[in-house]
Amino acid sequence: MSDQTLRDAVIVGGNRIPFGKAGGAYASASNQSMLTAALDGLVARFGLAGEQVGEVAAGAVLKHSRDFNLTREAVLGSALAPTTPAYDLQQACGTGLETVIQVSHKIRLGQIDSGIAGGVDSASDAPIAVGEGLRKALLRASSAKTPMQRVKALAGIRPGDLAPETPRNSEPRTGLSMGEHQARTAREWGITREAQDELAAASHHNLARAWDSGFFDDLATGFLKLSRDQGLRADTSVEKLATLKPVFGTGEGATMTAGNSTPLSDGAALVLLSSREWAQERSLPVLARLVDAEVAAVDYVSGEEGLLMAPAYAVPRLLARQGLTLQDFDYYEIHEAFASTVLATLAAWESEEFCRDRLGLDAPLGAVDRDRLNVHGSSLAAGHPFAATGGRIVAGLAKMLSQKGPGSRGLVSICAAGGQGVVAILEGC
Amino acid sequence: MADLVQLLTTNPLAKQLGVPQATRLRRGRELPAGPVVLGLAGGTSSLVRSSLELLGVQPEDALVDTPETRTTQTDDKGRTREVPTPYPGKIGALLVDATQVTSVADLETVRGLLRPAMKGLEPSGRVVVVGVEPETAGAPTAVATQQALEGIVRSVGKELRAGATANLVRVDLLTEEPTTATDLASTLSFLLEGRSAYVSGQVLHVGHADPARVVEIGNARPFEGQVVVVTGAGRGIGAAIAETFARDGALVVAVDVPAAGEGLARVANRIGGTALQLDITTPDAGRRIAAHVAQRFGDAGRIHTIVHNAGITRDKLLANTDEERWGSVLEVNLAAQIRINEVLLDPALPGGLDEAGRIVGVASTSGIAGNRGQTNYAASKAGVIGLVRAMGADPRLAERGITVNAVAPGFIETEMTARIPLATREVGRRINSLQQGGRPVDVAETIAYLAEPASAAVTGQVLRVCGQSQLGA
Repeated sequence: MSDQTLRDAVIVGGNRIPFGKAGGAYASASNQSMLTAALDGLVARFGLAGEQVGEVAAGAVLKHSRDFNLTREAVLGSALAPTTPAYDLQQACGTGLETVIQVSHKIRLGQIDSGIAGGVDSASDAPIAVGEGLRKALLRASSAKTPMQRVKALAGIRPGDLAPETPRNSEPRTGLSMGEHQARTAREWGITREAQDELAAASHHNLARAWDSGFFDDLATGFLKLSRDQGLRADTSVEKLATLKPVFGTGEGATMTAGNSTPLSDGAALVLLSSREWAQERSLPVLARLVDAEVAAVDYVSGEEGLLMAPAYAVPRLLARQGLTLQDFDYYEIHEAFASTVLATLAAWESEEFCRDRLGLDAPLGAVDRDRLNVHGSSLAAGHPFAATGGRIVAGLAKMLSQKGPGSRGLVSICAAGGQGVVAILEGC
Repeated sequence: MADLVQLLTTNPLAKQLGVPQATRLRRGRELPAGPVVLGLAGGTSSLVRSSLELLGVQPEDALVDTPETRTTQTDDKGRTREVPTPYPGKIGALLVDATQVTSVADLETVRGLLRPAMKGLEPSGRVVVVGVEPETAGAPTAVATQQALEGIVRSVGKELRAGATANLVRVDLLTEEPTTATDLASTLSFLLEGRSAYVSGQVLHVGHADPARVVEIGNARPFEGQVVVVTGAGRGIGAAIAETFARDGALVVAVDVPAAGEGLARVANRIGGTALQLDITTPDAGRRIAAHVAQRFGDAGRIHTIVHNAGITRDKLLANTDEERWGSVLEVNLAAQIRINEVLLDPALPGGLDEAGRIVGVASTSGIAGNRGQTNYAASKAGVIGLVRAMGADPRLAERGITVNAVAPGFIETEMTARIPLATREVGRRINSLQQGGRPVDVAETIAYLAEPASAAVTGQVLRVCGQSQLGA
């Protein structure tokens, strides 16, 4: 590769639909319809109807087999030019941020001038697979050459085969749900119930304030009569959260409740990225630029590290590369898979032992100013449609940085199933 | 079931039974099919003829009914009567230049011109009478006869059938700044074309504008490259307004509350505009609109037209109206509009209202006539009328070439009126001279006419789009 200077990839803006509760407002909506709605809202916001952007990258974690070309189909159903290329990407909860990174890279390399990145997920319209016995019988029947062969194949189905394989929120290699994994991490780090409930209450209050103040007026577009996040509880409190029974972990030490864990949700979120020139030619805003990103993975299978602790490794690597400290940021957006995930991550960065033994650092990264953490609410209150979370965070943070002013910095940290963590740094323009 | 009455009225059998039938109205930029005829009453004036020339319309001479020109007609029972000589074929429009009418005798000429046209107009034909502002007409007799024109036109509107309309245009001739043919052209163009389909029995005033401000008469895309802001654009009449301006070349900024975002996005994408989600009652709404315009259209980007269409209803009898119901309607329908105008009128504000810009409010016939259970709504809409009159008379705005007008829709077929109970709805539809409800596009076309650059001489007007509804007439 020639030693050409890379250009900036900037964030022009974003759009999401308000996030619904599983089985709620979007119970009958498909991934495709939600992603199309989010795209159309973005296109309308920036007057891009009929235009072709460089590419659209999005994905879903829970995806039907019929949605093999989900993003391209959403583009075809949207107001974008049908000549806009699109592809799907999947990295569990990191999907949305990973698409932002991918599209940014292409922009920085000059392969494209603009792109849309994000994701969608529906916990309501999740795909249900049929059992192995039924699936094999159906495959045999469909490849049968004579009616008799078909009858024979179908006759082989036993009542037990008819039970569907329901989607599970569990890790294939451990059989443990994400919550159970996190419950272990929470216990390991001694994260208290009170601290978790405090974080959860703050998330709701911050998000409610953001909606009330009109912060989301140019970040979200209503869909199916939902104009605010359905899971948002503006009136919740630490006291109310304290009354909930633990749902993950066992015995005395169980601290994780439905209140301080992120609920399953439906939604879609997208970010419009471009070169500075592309935005300027169209008189579009330039909110922030993507500075750098990093992905880490941990060995959670052996139990050596917690399932959701990968960001604790990704962030220091990113800081080192950029010559920054953990305190050099105006805002921190740490995805709240669970309140205890955020707290365990922060605790790890403050721990001399963890930073020395696991990260190989001379000194701990230290604490972050909690007033700068998830200031407009995050997943606990907004909901977490897996692949949509990155788009929600990046667009919101870019707006905050733009308001803060040029040179302001924001850190994004998203943990993902499979023991992965996707993190990035944005800088206000 | 909901459309039983509609079925009754649209079924072919219904016509035979004598149920009045709604005519399909001529709409859009279409001129009448038949000839446009022009008659003079009271003396020689070239104003209307010159104005038509600017529009490329060559009028034919109108027939005048006089005793000498009548023929004797015998019906099948052997009875005879004198009838006016008919036009050889259906005429598309009759224009009467009545600017010189000063005596009662002159009114006889007006009658003579109108009579042959009453049965001679094609469907969706037009009667347009042009007179002067009575107050400026001089002697009491002249004032009286000019005022008489209004009675004539309003009655003619009620007698015409098959979608034909009658309107009166008043101009200034005896003032220091007389109306010119150029000033009048956009109004005549609007009234002749299908764009005015649902405007009948109305009186419009056309004044005089700096000739430098009146441009592009008869341009089919008068808003080419101009920024037009439409509030409440997510659906219904607002969506039609946005679409009409986009059709005529405008770069539309479609504004609506975030809760209406889905429809707003659809409208914006359909017309290639931009969606701005904004609650117009937020204190900084005006600034946010201007900021959006400055951002999207560059620092030199300014608003050509803002259409204040956003509005809400909170209907209840006054006996049951508390401060919340009262306040929210006045806030959205009136106060927000006033605040936004104040901000956008600042000449120094990037993204504000341009010189020679246009402000168009949406009032309502409820604001003219009042409506049971709509005191708050009627207050707000009457307020809009007052606002428009005051701003239209403001010399500071006139100096900048800014016009301020409003439309007052009557019964328009929208999702909102579709929810009115069946019988009430049917009455609303029928109780007007065109015997049908209007369409959102009828309101939109009227707003676009008021906003177009060629309408620089039209300001302070409240034009009803109601098919000459009996309500508030």
